[in-house]
Amino acid sequence: MIRIEPREKISHSSTVLIPILSAVVSLLFAAIPLIAAGANPLIAYVEMAKGVFGSIFAISEMLTRATPLIFTGLAAAIAFRAKLWNIGAEGQLYLGAIAAVTIGSGLFDLPALLLLPLIIVLGACAGAVGMVGPAYLKVRFGADEVVTTLLLNFIIIIFLQMLLEGPLQDPMGLGWPQSAPILDQGMFPPLIDRMRLHSGLILAVFLAVIVHLMIKYSVWGFKLRAVGENSSAAKHAGININRSLFGVAILSGGFAGLAGVSEVAGLKGYLTADLSPGFGYAGIVVAMLAGLSPLGVVIASVFIASVFVGADSMSRAMGISSFLADLVVSVSLLCVLVGSFISKFKLVRAGTGKR
Amino acid sequence: MEASTVLRLNGLTKRFGSVLANNDVTIELQKGEVLALLGENGAGKTTLMNMLFGHYLPDSGNVEIMSSNSDLVPLELGNPSAALAVGIGMVHQHFTLAENITAFENITLGAEPLFSFNRNQKIARKKIGKIMSNSGLDAPLDTLVGRLSVGEKQRVEILKALYRDAHILVLDEPTAVLTPQEADALFDNLRRMTNQGLSVIFITHKMREVLSFSDRLIVLRHGENVGSMKTADASEKKIASLMVGSETKKVSPKKISPGKSILSFNGVSVVGRSKRDSLNDVNLNLKSHEILGIAGISGNGQNVLADLISGLVSPDKGSILLKGTAIDNINPLHMIKSGVGRIPEDRHRQGIVGGLSVSENLIIERLDDPEIQSFGFLRSSVINKNADILSKKYDVRGPGLDHASRLLSGGNIQKLILARVFEQQPEIILANQPTRGLDMGAASDVQKRLIEARDRGGGVILISEDLDEILGLADRIVVMRDGNLHDVSSSNREDIGLMMAGEAT
Repeated sequence: MIRIEPREKISHSSTVLIPILSAVVSLLFAAIPLIAAGANPLIAYVEMAKGVFGSIFAISEMLTRATPLIFTGLAAAIAFRAKLWNIGAEGQLYLGAIAAVTIGSGLFDLPALLLLPLIIVLGACAGAVGMVGPAYLKVRFGADEVVTTLLLNFIIIIFLQMLLEGPLQDPMGLGWPQSAPILDQGMFPPLIDRMRLHSGLILAVFLAVIVHLMIKYSVWGFKLRAVGENSSAAKHAGININRSLFGVAILSGGFAGLAGVSEVAGLKGYLTADLSPGFGYAGIVVAMLAGLSPLGVVIASVFIASVFVGADSMSRAMGISSFLADLVVSVSLLCVLVGSFISKFKLVRAGTGKR
Repeated sequence: MEASTVLRLNGLTKRFGSVLANNDVTIELQKGEVLALLGENGAGKTTLMNMLFGHYLPDSGNVEIMSSNSDLVPLELGNPSAALAVGIGMVHQHFTLAENITAFENITLGAEPLFSFNRNQKIARKKIGKIMSNSGLDAPLDTLVGRLSVGEKQRVEILKALYRDAHILVLDEPTAVLTPQEADALFDNLRRMTNQGLSVIFITHKMREVLSFSDRLIVLRHGENVGSMKTADASEKKIASLMVGSETKKVSPKKISPGKSILSFNGVSVVGRSKRDSLNDVNLNLKSHEILGIAGISGNGQNVLADLISGLVSPDKGSILLKGTAIDNINPLHMIKSGVGRIPEDRHRQGIVGGLSVSENLIIERLDDPEIQSFGFLRSSVINKNADILSKKYDVRGPGLDHASRLLSGGNIQKLILARVFEQQPEIILANQPTRGLDMGAASDVQKRLIEARDRGGGVILISEDLDEILGLADRIVVMRDGNLHDVSSSNREDIGLMMAGEAT
């Protein structure tokens, strides 16, 4: 019999070596379907690297892709830290986006200095509202938040489709289910001329740093860690667990809402029902890869965005199916997750020692 | 039936860290015999049986079992399947049944080849039917186990063991969950089976059952076999004195006359989900300069009492007065701020947050103290200095103050909790099993601190299963049984022992 035990100490060399090794292993695995599709994996990987780091444009595209992942990654990381399983970031993202286009598309004609902050704040609030119900049900009745948040995603997306064919539909949109565009002064300023990369990235990284500092140094962060690590001891020590959980839920929803704001007011300009290709769910993967560390979320987002963007441009350059790109993405994610598992746990032969 | 040894445990010793759970225990079991294994909680009964069954590997000693040709052969230790193969069946206190499949499936589960298209149900049913008619054990085979009563589940457990051809049956506190009628029926059935050659070891601390049902009894105390006798020669008094021992370790010779009342319960009742977590009209009065010892077998309501004083549970009826004022909004923070220091029973689950550092755990109850935080941010220099001072003063040792506290040993975790509690100079101290699992040094350290707190003017509520500890420390003793507190007329060890077991009032 073999059982799994957490490693007491994680050596420094393994924290560097294991991610590199898992990346190499994932490239080896991904070569198999590439060869089967008739492509030379070496050339394919060169194309992949070019697509991510080959030019300023490539890098900016990759970072554009990473921006919403940082937001949803933070949403998951902070909630999971408190053992609050918010699976509803996808829905909360759309709530934030709905708020952004509602306010930004002409409801208020405000200067940029006022309109953009207003969109950001109210978008975050809208995302947070999406967590109020599940958090209340959990704290009051012990309802499982995995179920409530997950199911809310579908409700919100159908609600969005209704809005896009009704009150929010762009009168100039030729009947397409899309919202009116956000005013120019409501948009995130671009970071580089004539590229899609926008200042939402700055906001995302800034918030990651703030969350990191709060978790590490504030009383609020202390309580969050205590509740997540051992809620019965935290309760025994006089920490109000329900209040902590509620606060974390609101914040988590808020970050997910910001992902929607940043996609609408930073990239697309208007809202459609396919705004997010699953950024909310990808945020969970990001958070797990990051070991629930807020700064790690930034790195993990960049990694996942690189794989996505790289695999896309590889399939375009090599003329192979884009399904292969998805395959490469999945294989590398699995390898990295297995790698991080190996770095944290060890396998022990059972039957010796106690129990 | 001719007496022949079917099982012999030779000098089994098991240590958990610095705690000696079993020390050189030798036990023999005869064929067709019912052997009762008695002892207080923590005396090492369950550890001993877990070694027999292969869950634990003993540090020294061996087990011999009768083979098919009546010779004693050594049993492979640390391997439950070996124990099963030679016919040892164990029925745990907490059943190991799958609730979502039927009794029949539970009984045969794992005893059949894993992959077989035709599970030979007919033969299995015939075999179970034969066991049932021989033993008198009866259970509805085609009902989901989740729908069975506790007594039925236990019979399924026993049938499961017998189906695997057990000829030695170990029952861990079999009657703890049964009604008296179910218990009687169980003993009748067991007697029938022992007449057919089954040998039974049953673990208990209920004396009445031992006296009326067993052939022979063995008493364990502090992990050692302290007495073995024929049940016919035993008496309640004799067993009680063996169980609780005769030596008294007087730690506090100095008596101070108690002062004013600082904590009182007036007719407090709590309706819990089961009897173990209910209280029934409890009155209690703790004075300053007093250690109030609460003796009793665990599971009689001690945990609810502790939760009330910790602020985790509110009474359903009655009132709790702290220093003369009734408290209506009971929560842990309120209790901490009112000067109640709490040493919880389960150090790992309630005492510390294992993932937080030692320094952080030392201030976890003081988070809104302006000395610890300013403007919502922790003052790490103060926190580190505090940890530095306290770890030296209370001798907390471990890999480092900024390391996760789960890396500390049990004794050091307890010292961490003591440091946190006693540094606040609490007026009222709740110490729930404060020395359980600690080695002698750490235990006497804890006891010394409790006495210091009393001498300083505090009141201590000491909940302990270790009667020696209570007799040595407490100024006044009450016994907790069935969710109620009973005053004791004498501090005579045997009298208290009998009261704990519910044999006297």
